[in-house]
Amino acid sequence: MKLQTATRLGLYAILELARDPERTLSAADLAQQFGVSTHHLAKVLRVLGTAGLVRGGRGATGGYRFIGNRKRTTLMDVVALFEPAPGQHAKEPGEETDIGRSLQRVLMEIDEIAEATLRSISLETMLMPRR
Amino acid sequence: MPSVAIRPAQASDLTAVSALDQRETGVAKPDYWREMLGPDRHFLVAETDNGELAGFIAGEIRAWEFGQPAAGWVFAIQIDPAQRLHGVGTALFDTLVERFKAAGVTRVRTLVDRKDHLILSFFRAQGMVAGPSLQLDKDLS
Repeated sequence: MKLQTATRLGLYAILELARDPERTLSAADLAQQFGVSTHHLAKVLRVLGTAGLVRGGRGATGGYRFIGNRKRTTLMDVVALFEPAPGQHAKEPGEETDIGRSLQRVLMEIDEIAEATLRSISLETMLMPRR
Repeated sequence: MPSVAIRPAQASDLTAVSALDQRETGVAKPDYWREMLGPDRHFLVAETDNGELAGFIAGEIRAWEFGQPAAGWVFAIQIDPAQRLHGVGTALFDTLVERFKAAGVTRVRTLVDRKDHLILSFFRAQGMVAGPSLQLDKDLS
């Protein structure tokens, strides 16, 4: 499964911040850790902030911290901020044909399984040591 | 750990088990729960200090099911909603897993409705991941 870069950075950032909700990290700290531009990461953090998952970030060096609920926030909650909802996409040529519809059913099946997986894993589960 | 005791289910638990399951699933299946008392089954209940049913778990070890070597299967788990988020489910799961391990199996499996995010999340939190099989299904009506 391929996630857009913003989605992947959103997951990296939220998991790193949720690891220790008391800790504050700037977009620059996180960008350096994941080897991406601060600008790109700042944009991702703004989306997470609007969603009520992180707070902070005043000025270029302003820090962010996690303010969500680790047990109640799933990977899907974060993915849904950056990716179109499964099955929600502009009609593509050929979709109205028999073959197009058959292919759509297969792709929907894959999307449903991916969504169930992402929705079943909380940040808490991701961050717990492997049992 | 929760203040519940985990012990094997007995015939005297069936009324409470059936009632809890029916409350949560909307379907009464007393015969199914009676069969779970069979000698090959692992059927455990969690009991509060007051002797009330807090939850139950049921499973079995199956060898060569769908071509796979022996593994412990979890058939059902149900926790009284008033007792949730206190580790009762984890205590039941851990006890069942210990029994499976004592019987010599090294894997535990289950099947979950992919739209049932609550129970999927519970098993994920126990460290379970997608297994080697993919369930297939066809409508015959």
